[in-house]
Amino acid sequence: MNNISVEQFYSFCAQGKLMGVKCEECKALYSVPKPFCLKCNSKNLSWVQLKGVGKLASYTIVYVPHPSFQNEAPYILGVVELEEGVKLLSRIKNVKLEELKIGMPLKIDFEKTEGNAWPNWVRYYFKPNLTENNIL
Amino acid sequence: MKVLASIVSAGLSKFGKLDGLYAREIFAEAAKEAFDNCPNLNPRKDIEALFIGQMSEAYERQGHIGPLMLNWSGLDDIPAFRVESACASSSVALRVGVMAIMSNMHDIVMVGGVEKMTHLPTSSNMEILASAADFPFEQWNGATFPSLFALMATAHMHEYGTTEEQMALVAVKNHENALLNHKAHMQKKISVEDVLSSKVVSWPLKLYDCSLISDGASCVILTKPELAKKFTDTPVNIIASTQAQDSLNIFERESLTTLKSIKLAAKEAFKASGLTPKDVDIAEVHDCFTIAEIIAYEDLGFCNKGFGGKFIEEGETKIGGEIPVNTSGGLKAKGHPVGATGIAQIYEVYLQLIGEAEKRQVNNAEIGLTCNIGGSGATATVNILKRGD
Repeated sequence: MNNISVEQFYSFCAQGKLMGVKCEECKALYSVPKPFCLKCNSKNLSWVQLKGVGKLASYTIVYVPHPSFQNEAPYILGVVELEEGVKLLSRIKNVKLEELKIGMPLKIDFEKTEGNAWPNWVRYYFKPNLTENNIL
Repeated sequence: MKVLASIVSAGLSKFGKLDGLYAREIFAEAAKEAFDNCPNLNPRKDIEALFIGQMSEAYERQGHIGPLMLNWSGLDDIPAFRVESACASSSVALRVGVMAIMSNMHDIVMVGGVEKMTHLPTSSNMEILASAADFPFEQWNGATFPSLFALMATAHMHEYGTTEEQMALVAVKNHENALLNHKAHMQKKISVEDVLSSKVVSWPLKLYDCSLISDGASCVILTKPELAKKFTDTPVNIIASTQAQDSLNIFERESLTTLKSIKLAAKEAFKASGLTPKDVDIAEVHDCFTIAEIIAYEDLGFCNKGFGGKFIEEGETKIGGEIPVNTSGGLKAKGHPVGATGIAQIYEVYLQLIGEAEKRQVNNAEIGLTCNIGGSGATATVNILKRGD
């Protein structure tokens, strides 16, 4: 059975792992699950653990929040380009607004969500990667 | 140049905060105008189908609006279809109407769009509109619509040096145009300083960079080109009607500063019509946020990539400029009842091409273009319209 699904992606997050999807035929890599390879149509896909590090490709500071994030506003949202070359949209935490910079190094972390109602997936977010000295 | 279908009449409700009126009543107002302006048309006898765009049944807890809007526009029995493509719902409905005409399935159809939004608080609007973004990977991480376009804006500023002042100029221009449009939601002249000092919604986008939450409805009557003269002396011909898509989420796209869907739809539309961007006399483009209008200039080919900010700065898109854009006031100031927007753009171009755009009339406009996008650009449509002979 092919277990490449959104649900499985978030099950990995609950284990503290960021998993991408790799095509075993053409080696294409995706940051989020796919039903089959969108480049070569192969069903031969597998999960591959990503390092969870990357750099900030763009950002915004959200003052008028999504209703589910009412208590967090203002929060930072970014597009993160992972070291493996694929991207994700994520909140960026633990960073001062004046330190926000396109290209800044980031690493992933995870947090539980409250309540039991669907979908209660563990959320990923990114924070500054302080061990990375090569600021671009 | 092939004519795909002809527009013989059009209607638009007042846009704004229409307290006490619901979608059905607002759509009826648009339909009535289209019927009244076309005395040779007997709507009950002549119209063969209705295609209607609406984004969300969550607004009024009302689904199945095909038959509802049919009844409220005084039509009966004929097939009615709801089309959903987020903010591009009614321009996608227009393409379905064009297909119905071109396939010979119908000779005369009505296409419209409607949304009732202002009765709900901003938080509900944020949530309903965000539903057009990818749920597990965008909404779940806190994405709102302003934030998705803000991510594009930050990237555009970084890559091309586009400034907040240049984005503000889009709002200033569109507010100025809306003052000439009595149906526009917002009737207020603003300055660059007003935009820059307005409340931050999702940096770098401020309140005045954002389009309005509005109520409104729009419609057009389409016929086969050879039947158009039976109904009007001034038909407007659709000579291209294209649509393209991109990934629903923004993070899997190659670029954050280009909307590939607009580029593809525009390329196809210019190819189909045999025209170039230089031939376009007026355009209504999707300015849901000021950055979107700047990106549209570039991706439609009105200016080179990265020069959209300069293009607005030089006044090229003002009434009287090289190519007036959003003479109606755009989504920014005319208003953005999302399901109605695509056909509302068509309505403005129609008025311009038949010379009925009153104080905002562009002299001798012959070719007009509309560009409507859904979500953060996962859907884009481009229509090219030409004044009939």
